[in-house]
Amino acid sequence: MMRALWENPQARAGLVVFGAMLAVALVGPFLVADPDAFVARPLSPPSMDHLLGTTGQGQDVLAQTVVGARTTLGLGVLVGLLVVAIGSVVGGLAGYFGGKVDELLSLLINVSLVLPGLPLMVVLAAYLPAGPGSMAAVLVVTGWAWNARVVRSQVLSLRKRDFVDAAIVAGESPLRVLVVEILPNMASLLGGAVIGATTYAIGAQVGLEFLGLGDLSAITWGTNLYWATNDSALLTGSWWTFVPTGAAIALTGFALALLNFGLDGVTNPALAAGAGTGAPGPQPTPVRRSP
Amino acid sequence: MTGLLPTLLRRLGFYALATWAALTLNFVVPRLMPGDPAQAIFARFQGSLDPAALDAMRTAFGVSDTPIWSQYFQYLLHTAQGELGTSLVYFPAPVTEVIGTGLLWTVFLAGVSVVVAFLVGSALGAWAAWRRGGWLDRIGPPLLALIGAFPYFWLAMVAVWALGFQLGWFPVRHAYGVDVSPGWSLAFLVSMTQHAVLPAGTMVLASLGGWLLTMRNTMVGVLDTDAVRYAHIRGLPPHRILWHYAVRNAMLPSLTSFGMAIGFVLSGALLTEIVFGYPGQGYLLLQAVRGQDYPLLQGLFLTISLAVLAANFGVDVLTLALDPRTRR
Repeated sequence: MMRALWENPQARAGLVVFGAMLAVALVGPFLVADPDAFVARPLSPPSMDHLLGTTGQGQDVLAQTVVGARTTLGLGVLVGLLVVAIGSVVGGLAGYFGGKVDELLSLLINVSLVLPGLPLMVVLAAYLPAGPGSMAAVLVVTGWAWNARVVRSQVLSLRKRDFVDAAIVAGESPLRVLVVEILPNMASLLGGAVIGATTYAIGAQVGLEFLGLGDLSAITWGTNLYWATNDSALLTGSWWTFVPTGAAIALTGFALALLNFGLDGVTNPALAAGAGTGAPGPQPTPVRRSP
Repeated sequence: MTGLLPTLLRRLGFYALATWAALTLNFVVPRLMPGDPAQAIFARFQGSLDPAALDAMRTAFGVSDTPIWSQYFQYLLHTAQGELGTSLVYFPAPVTEVIGTGLLWTVFLAGVSVVVAFLVGSALGAWAAWRRGGWLDRIGPPLLALIGAFPYFWLAMVAVWALGFQLGWFPVRHAYGVDVSPGWSLAFLVSMTQHAVLPAGTMVLASLGGWLLTMRNTMVGVLDTDAVRYAHIRGLPPHRILWHYAVRNAMLPSLTSFGMAIGFVLSGALLTEIVFGYPGQGYLLLQAVRGQDYPLLQGLFLTISLAVLAANFGVDVLTLALDPRTRR
């Protein structure tokens, strides 16, 4: 599976770029200057001393972008995993038990899906004390439903297989059947879900921080963009204050998207080139959008 | 339970429930959260708010001695009467009035963007699948996925900076020029269009990739069906097969995701509006966040949620009308 993924050019490019971003997030902050320090005249353009120039507060943009990678990616990956874990349990239980339980949980899932994400996030974030914990909570509360729905429909079909019946007859508890027997059989779907959820978490987090919700004293990609607008970067034409962060966000998102395409291509025979089997095949994993 | 009417009623029931959920969230969130925003507001506005308004707000935020159930019913009653409290940033205007000024602009901007992106993206997706392996099929999806990876509002920032300030091609603030007044005059419509090009354009650009990909992948499946193959064998002209056989069938999944996209696009529109100073809901949202205007914030959450629910119901009805298979 990993091998097939590596041999897929899209997936490989995604893995390499995302790996590089993670490496920057892990090691980078030790190599750059203090991102909070006043180092040069505010809004000075890129130069040899400060490769990406300085912010409106006279801080080094490169240092801020690199340190922002750590905070933003760290929270993004963590929330991505949490969202999929919760979505798998809720969606899994709905698909496993079916009937009334499914009806109730599906209703809950569909209601959370249809309510617009950003306004709810903003209301929640506005009432919570600013900080990474609140941010994670807000993103999880507003993001779990998507994966729950995807997992539910998959579990619903796996539930009818013989090996599941065998496990039930053997006396395994429902949660054990779900976690040990069913979920491992949809590993690629869950992998894709984590990738999608991480993309969502990064995008939504950046959006909220751009609005000024979140810890404005922390250095993240979102607060970088917030301060860039606040210090009238657009008016003064200081493109270097917002282009590096935006490019980093897009590069991360694009790498994750490539990885997901690759995963789809490897695991979904309908999308493999030249496949022709008649009826419309399984649909590709839906693309999730976030602000 | 088959047929159009029962399905329609069931969908209506679902949206009624979702509306109730939004209303209840709006009531519960301020009461569950740690800290007491109402107290902070009172402290700030002790002098400037008249006692009656203060009292109304106390009830709205649950800082009263009445039991929670009676507070809840009172809240529902007030909301049903369009009574959402008083805005603090735009004091003393009531929240409904403040929101009313921005609602049409957001509906206009988000509506135009989502429809244009849907039509253009689906058309490109259909074309990419029709000419599978062609240049559009190879370049389109990855290029648009790259553009789509940028946050909406960041694309907006770049557009403001490059096309607005540097090149001066487009106006960069507000929804119409200072030299025209709103009305059905040609000058106003021209000014409005000029002001909408950049915000709508960036949103279309950011969301195009999703539509292209959905349509392309569905089309690939549909083009492989026996119905399309039979059409080819019958010797129908290719454009007829494309439009009458393939696109019509492949549209439905795209239409289904259209409902869901409304929420996403609206969220993106809110942030884009902020960058452009576009006087819609997003701009109000920013004012509410900055000024800690909790009544306005909650009013915005409620109206935006209701708007999205209504739009989704519209899409559902359309899907029901177009696809008999959904009438189950």
